[in-house]
Amino acid sequence: MPVRSPDDSKKSRILSALEDQDTTVVLDDPLENEMILNMGPQHPATHGVLRLLVRLDGETVMAVVPELGYLHRGYEKIAEASTYHEFIPHTDRLDYLSPIANNVAYCLAVEKLAGIEIPERAKYIRVLVCEMARIASHLVAAGSMAMDVGALTVLLWTFREREKILDIYDVLCGARFTTSYARIGGLQQDWDERSTAMLERFLGEFRGELAEVEKLLGTNRIFVDRCENVGILTRPDAIAMGITGPILRAAGVPRDLRRDKPYLVYDRMDFDVITLEEGDALARFYVRIGEMKESARILRQALDALPAGPFRADEPKKVVPRKDRVYTRMEELIQDFMLVNMGIDPPVGEIYQGVESSKGELGFYIVSDGTGHPWRMKIRSPSTNNLSALPLMLKGCMISDIVAVIGSVDPVMGEADK
Amino acid sequence: MTQSIVERLQARLPGSVRGSAEFRGDLTVIVRREDIVRACEVLKTDPDLAFDMVIDVLGVDMYRPEERFEVVYNLYSLKNREYVRLKVLVDERDLTVPTVTGVWAGANWHERETYDMFGIVFTGHPDLRRMYMPDEFEYFPLRKDFPTMGIPDSLPLPRR
Repeated sequence: MPVRSPDDSKKSRILSALEDQDTTVVLDDPLENEMILNMGPQHPATHGVLRLLVRLDGETVMAVVPELGYLHRGYEKIAEASTYHEFIPHTDRLDYLSPIANNVAYCLAVEKLAGIEIPERAKYIRVLVCEMARIASHLVAAGSMAMDVGALTVLLWTFREREKILDIYDVLCGARFTTSYARIGGLQQDWDERSTAMLERFLGEFRGELAEVEKLLGTNRIFVDRCENVGILTRPDAIAMGITGPILRAAGVPRDLRRDKPYLVYDRMDFDVITLEEGDALARFYVRIGEMKESARILRQALDALPAGPFRADEPKKVVPRKDRVYTRMEELIQDFMLVNMGIDPPVGEIYQGVESSKGELGFYIVSDGTGHPWRMKIRSPSTNNLSALPLMLKGCMISDIVAVIGSVDPVMGEADK
Repeated sequence: MTQSIVERLQARLPGSVRGSAEFRGDLTVIVRREDIVRACEVLKTDPDLAFDMVIDVLGVDMYRPEERFEVVYNLYSLKNREYVRLKVLVDERDLTVPTVTGVWAGANWHERETYDMFGIVFTGHPDLRRMYMPDEFEYFPLRKDFPTMGIPDSLPLPRR
């Protein structure tokens, strides 16, 4: 179409309108402009209700401000109003991808406070369930990270494996997700032959299934390109920010509380602490894959060494009695009544117990005033800390890398927001 | 080890340690409020102690007339694989504590959370906003005088 020169009178009228200060639209080069993007809290790649405010220059991330609190339920306040036993179900809702490990962590803290020594069998069963929880959680982390960068197959494969672990939980304590399995001084129910058989079958298949996942992703050009050299957290930064868990180990710091501050019977287990030096999203993925293999090793050893004996300590003033005895015997009924209504009687004092959960160091700091309720309980959740390093990891990344980096951090908002 | 931490602090910062206690193997050192940043620097930079990670910073409301609040610093040494707890007592009439974000950058969010829950102001903090509660919220929920049920109309809720 030929370009017609507009007639002069018309042109002047348009120009004068354009030069009017109120109506003038200035179009700069869009790549030169900074833009604020609000990502979340309702966004499928933020793994819950994480909200990020992103300052963009073109497609490059200039700064990120994470906003937390959309899932804040005030668990620390609830803990002050409930007895030590009453709080166990709430710990399921912290890191809801490995609830059974949270139960164990909380009970370990209360046992340290009250000075309860649990039987050997209970220790081994706790190691078993903690490592199962780690595998289940890392499977979700690996699968959803792959899904975030576009590989859906892996998510289906890892969820299929995780389903086998959830089935073992189901046999063990009657629940797949909200387990509430640990009790102060022991466990809710004993480990039985059915669980052993199911775990044996799982361990037999797991190596091969994990190798397939590794093969599928490790040789996948798209996956490797999207994760390699993305979201790098250097070793000094990781230490200064107090990062724990797979992210710290992917930055080359061999810190694992199972080895550094052994609890339960981890000092008798033979396992390696997986570390990589790169500190990028791909390294975090491979640390998790390696840890799953180590967890399978620990499971094998713990299952072989599982001793016979009681699964709950015999301390009537602190440990709930077995339910079948509560219904048939007088002493146990009184004991149950007192524990439910008054709670255990820990000494006055304050303790901190940290364990290596799948996300990092999960710790409980309890201040006791000698009554059945904690005076103050602080939950040191690894996801909160790991998220605080997001601005460092994401600075200078491309906008599409954000989902890959969040996937590699593997935050659980139930835990981060408490 | 536990003795040497207290002794080292006493030697480097005379008068800074107000007391120490050990319970179930956990060492707690009470430090004067104005010395907390220097005490943290000593613990971090001393080559034998090397507390290079801040695991947690938290507040406790002891609900007593004098020095009502406590701020607890939970530190970890990668070299010695050791924890230590520092504690600072804060009076209700002057709710300020110097920030330790200059020593460990990771204290940033922990101090924000402590401010959010207890109203303790960390002077010199680069970004002291509320962490979990909405910005317009007027109360500090983990204080003992805040009811567990909450305060009616303290949160802006959508109209029916």
